[in-house]
This record gives sequence, C-alpha cells and structure tokens, in this order.
Amino acid sequence: MEEGYATEIMATVSQLGSRERNDHLKARIGIDRMGHRVRPGLYALGSPTRSSPVLVTANYSLSFDALRSALPGRNAWILALDTKGINVWCAAGKGTFGTEELLKAVQATDLASKVDGRTLILPQLGAPGVSAHQVRKGCDFKVEYGPVRAEDLPAYLDTGECTEEMRTVRFKLKDRLVLAPVEVRNYRWLMVLMILAAVFVPFYGPLVLALTLGGIFLFPALLPRLPGKDLSLRGMVLGGLLVTPFALYQLLFWSGGFVIAAVAAEYMLMIAWLGYIGLNFTGSTTFTSRTGVRREIFAYIPWIAGMALLGGALSVVTLALYAGWL
Amino acid sequence: MDIGMLEMQPPEKGAAINTLVFRPGRCTNCGMCLKVCPHRVFAPGERRVKMARADLCMECGACQMNCPSGAIAVDSGVGCAAAIIKAALRGKDEVVCGEECCR
Ligand code: SF4
Ligand code: SF4
Repeated sequence: MEEGYATEIMATVSQLGSRERNDHLKARIGIDRMGHRVRPGLYALGSPTRSSPVLVTANYSLSFDALRSALPGRNAWILALDTKGINVWCAAGKGTFGTEELLKAVQATDLASKVDGRTLILPQLGAPGVSAHQVRKGCDFKVEYGPVRAEDLPAYLDTGECTEEMRTVRFKLKDRLVLAPVEVRNYRWLMVLMILAAVFVPFYGPLVLALTLGGIFLFPALLPRLPGKDLSLRGMVLGGLLVTPFALYQLLFWSGGFVIAAVAAEYMLMIAWLGYIGLNFTGSTTFTSRTGVRREIFAYIPWIAGMALLGGALSVVTLALYAGWL
Repeated sequence: MDIGMLEMQPPEKGAAINTLVFRPGRCTNCGMCLKVCPHRVFAPGERRVKMARADLCMECGACQMNCPSGAIAVDSGVGCAAAIIKAALRGKDEVVCGEECCR
C-alpha cells in the first residue's frame, strides 16, 4: 500500500461488507497485526458538500470502519490521521493521534481549500493526544470533541451537543467482552499448547484449558459480580471457584495419599494463573490509572509468584507421592 | 521478575490514589475539562469547575492537554497500562509501547 497522506479525496461508504468483517475478525485475533490500516487522508462519505461536517479518526481499519458504519445515509468528510494503524485511544496516549499529526493532516490534504466549515470533530477519546487550543493556533480550524462512541454520532451531529452519557466511558457486558479476544491474542501460542495438552493429557489438560478459557471469557463477563476491588483479586476468586468442581471430582473418585497434595497444588497454581490474567485485564480497560496499575502490580505480583512457587513445589510432592518415592 | 520489582519504584505508602492536581486559582471556567474527561471527574461550578470525583481519574491526560490555562496537572506519561505491566515484569522502570501493541 502507498505510504503517507493521499492528496486526492478518496471515496467511502457506510455499508460494511464481508471483506471488512473478515478484516475485523483477523484484527481482533491478531492475524497480520500491522495490516489493518486504511490510507491516511481525506475521505468523502456518501456525497458531502463543502459545508458537510469533518470527522477525524485514526487510520486503523477498526476505528475507521466503526466511524463510517455509524453514519448510514449521511454525507460527511472523514479525515484519517496517520496513526500507523493504531486505534484512537492508544494512539492518543502515544501522541500519534495528536496535535502535530492533526496539523500535518490538515496541511497534507489541503483541507481548507476543500471544505468551507472550519470545525474538526474529533472523537473524545482522542483528547489525551490533542490540545484543542494548540490546534487553533496552528491552523484555521477549531477542534470540537464529539462523543466517546461512534454510535452516538448521529445524535451529536443532529443536536450539536453531547449528553453526559455520551461523554462517559462505560464498561457494559459488550465493552468487557471485546477485551477477551485481546487476551486470546496475547496468549495465542500458549492456547495452542493448551489445546494440545487438553487432547493428550488426561484430566490436567482439560483442567488448565477450562480454567484459562474461564479466565479469558468468564472473567470479563462476571467481573461486576466477583468480590473484591482489584481485578487481580477478582481473578483469584474466579480461579478458586472454577477449580472447585475439578477438585471435588478428584476427592470423590480418586484415591491415594497424593490426591490431597494434587488438589492443593491445583488450587495454588490456578488461583495464581487467574490472578495474573485478571492483572492483565487491568491494563486493557479504560478505567485503571497508571498509578492504580502500578499499585496493583506491587500488591499482587508477590502473592501470585508466591502461590505459583508453592503450587510448583506441591506438584513435585504430588508426583513423588504418586510414584511412591515418599 | 523479582529483580524488576526491585528496580521499579513502588508507589509511596499513603500517596494519593493518582497524580491528578487541580489549581482552581488558574481556572477560567472554559469548560474544556468537562468535555474531554471520560470519567466525569470535573463538575461545573459557578466561577470555576470543581474536581468532584478525583478517585475516578485514570490519568489519561486529556484534561491537562486541553486546559488552556494550565490549571490541571496529571502525570500521564507514555504507554498504556498493559505496557506498564510488561515493563514491570521485564524489570524496567521506563515504559515503552512497541509498534506491535494496541491493536
Ligand atoms: S486525566 Fe483523564 S480521567 Fe483524569 S481527570 Fe483528566 S481527563 Fe479525566
Ligand atoms: S479546562 Fe482548565 S480553565 Fe477550562 S474549566 Fe477546566 S480547569 Fe478551568
């Protein structure tokens, strides 16, 4: 694909097809991670006039597509900044969705000669990277922050106002579940190993796979119902809960001195593992501050590491008991 | 892992839950912070805004970036929370995001 801003206006539509859906699926599970971008530059959505609104977004295909698909039947300009294919929120944090890039895009596309309006509508989550008053100083355009979510754009465009609701990030079931594929992606090689283990290693293979999937999918879904304030602690609780049926099965149907040690080892290891998965979720929400994450790391990593070590030691004891060495 | 924990500065005991600082004296009541904060930390006020729910702040830095009178300071730094975890586990205090993250 060509690099840099396109100088010509590009055309786009609000309808997404199977090609986009395929691209989104790949992006979510991490296939071709660098490839999910659109050419940075100015797009005509529908048939905008010189007075149609100008909406700014990132050149990550998921961000771009979320924007245009939220505007069926509308005519607008879309200015895609060159964020190197990173979403608005993360790019704003890094500054690639930022004041400088915005000024560069305005200049590179010669926006001022193509539209009459002098307002740029930015997604609110781009605000950590953009300084509205600096943009004002740097070009003829002024920045307005639109709603957090693209789905609220039609209402915003009609009224010109954002409600408190539209300005606030939320963490509903849907918002939490989109985090799950991110986790799958982070652990994808481990997942392959686990699936193999689940097929070939009796009992323990399925146990580890079930617990990991539980951590990735059930954890975000059940989050508000799990006790505790910190995500790590809630992960640990879920780990304890999910191990219990396996442990009960062992206690009921297995016999031998090793069973108690085996059950104890599983509890330790799985509580530590899900605590760790929970800790990682801390990083992917728009809720935890850096100070908060830091605090959580310091509060929980020693516990998680300690439990993992203890669990490892107990596993050795279990093996020894099972083999009759003790 | 443990070495990393030693090198990185732990948060001070009893320190504020985050680094958000508001200097009401400088506020001109322009309302930008009310617009950009994704957690409704600031609330409208008569002559200046109020820092109403400081505990909800997640240090994104949007308010500081967009306050034209420098009334807000917050240590937002680079890197998302996921990167902090990675840096901490690798034993580095400085947080960097690779090209690969955030997708
Ligand atoms: S740093 Fe972000 S979350 Fe905190 S008060 Fe400012 S805008 Fe709100
Ligand atoms: S952005 Fe700054 S000057 Fe404007 S209302 Fe907020 S604190 Fe006051």
